[in-house]
Amino acid sequence: MRALVIDDSRAMRTILSRLMQGLGYDVEAVGDGAEALDAVRRGPRPDVALVDWNMPVMDGLEFVTRVRKVPEWRDITLMMVTTESEHGQIVRALAAGAHEYVIKPFSPDDIADKLRLLGLA
Amino acid sequence: MTMTVGDFHYISKLVRDRAAIVLEPGKEYLIESRLLPLVRERGHDSITDLVADLQRAPHAALRDEVVEAMTTNETSFFRDGAPFQALTERVLPELIRARAAERSLNIWSAACSSGQEVYSIAMTVRDVLAADPHWRVRLLATDLSQQMLTRTREGCYSQLEVNRGLPAAALVRHFRRDGLSWRISDDLRQMIDTRSLNLAEEWPVLPSMDVVFLRNVLIYFDTEVKRQILARVRRVLRPDGFLFLGGAETTLNLDDSFERLQIGRATAYRLRDGKASA
Ligand SMILES: C[S@@+](CC[C@H](N)C(=O)[O-])C[C@H]1O[C@@H](n2cnc3c(N)ncnc32)[C@H](O)[C@@H]1O
Ligand SMILES: [Mg+2]
Repeated sequence: MRALVIDDSRAMRTILSRLMQGLGYDVEAVGDGAEALDAVRRGPRPDVALVDWNMPVMDGLEFVTRVRKVPEWRDITLMMVTTESEHGQIVRALAAGAHEYVIKPFSPDDIADKLRLLGLA
Repeated sequence: MTMTVGDFHYISKLVRDRAAIVLEPGKEYLIESRLLPLVRERGHDSITDLVADLQRAPHAALRDEVVEAMTTNETSFFRDGAPFQALTERVLPELIRARAAERSLNIWSAACSSGQEVYSIAMTVRDVLAADPHWRVRLLATDLSQQMLTRTREGCYSQLEVNRGLPAAALVRHFRRDGLSWRISDDLRQMIDTRSLNLAEEWPVLPSMDVVFLRNVLIYFDTEVKRQILARVRRVLRPDGFLFLGGAETTLNLDDSFERLQIGRATAYRLRDGKASA
């Protein structure tokens, strides 16, 4: 299984990459939504993307919205991992097509638990 | 070492007498780490000092705080997943059919801790039954710990707590932000009665239960206490009801009147020969 980690914080990319590797994923990590779209286009296609919200160039919500417009990318599971914690923001992300939502700070088990909910761990 | 052998014996006897929780020698570190905050808060110098205080005079409040400090309250929303899936896919549909005439269900979370389990049940019931005004679903949440019962009544959870196991769709549907926390809807809160209940002592009269969640608490008790508790469960469970235990718990070799039932990835227990007499 492949995971794409998308976060403008290098420290966060490292943490999430290690965590996903620990769950048995092959991981690619990028720093914003635009790079992430390139990575998805280029392939191999990820099974799951962990998506930060606030990033330069293209933010996570925009990335999620764009991925959801492409029928061939329907199978990519999108999980927002962000400090955005308002009720309305979570609703927006889910409406845009995110499957799950984890609020930073999180504990490693949270991500694993949610992946399990989605049948991915 | 801030605790003497005498302190260990005193604390472990207290916790065993009051809550039936068994603390084997070797658990000194656990006792210390759980009691030191209480020692500091109460202005004692050491655990020895606290124990001396307890021995001097019967001190119900302090005694209860010590016992509560020694309980493990670890829990999460939809813990282990499978039992809640079993509720949705089999247990609730079956009971809704069986109770079509009375249109009422009683479900018990028998060591509810901070309430995530009972609210997970409430959310599951809501998904299956919507808000059907013709059904009366009562959820009873009990625990030994007053502090945990207060938390359950409040239904207020930190960011970290809602991150754990709670699907985002359920979060936005059933909770609203309250400062830095998330508060469960009044609608779900009103489905729940909370009550103090020590599983290891005689139980008060309870309604007959259709489903009992008794999870991650039997592990703390010795065999005899486990047997007594299961015998009482047998009496409150309706003949066609369902019992869920924690992942490391079983009725096997403890109580033959239960039989195991596999529902997907979940294990439930039912009373042998019970189903027909429903
Ligand atoms: C690990 S939690 C389990 C919470 C929940 N059932 C779950 O599975 O996530 C154990 C709970 O059992 C309670 N407890 C311990 N001894 C008890 C007793 N003798 N009677 C009632 N509750 C007890 C503790 O206060 C604690 O909240
Ligand atoms: Mg960021």
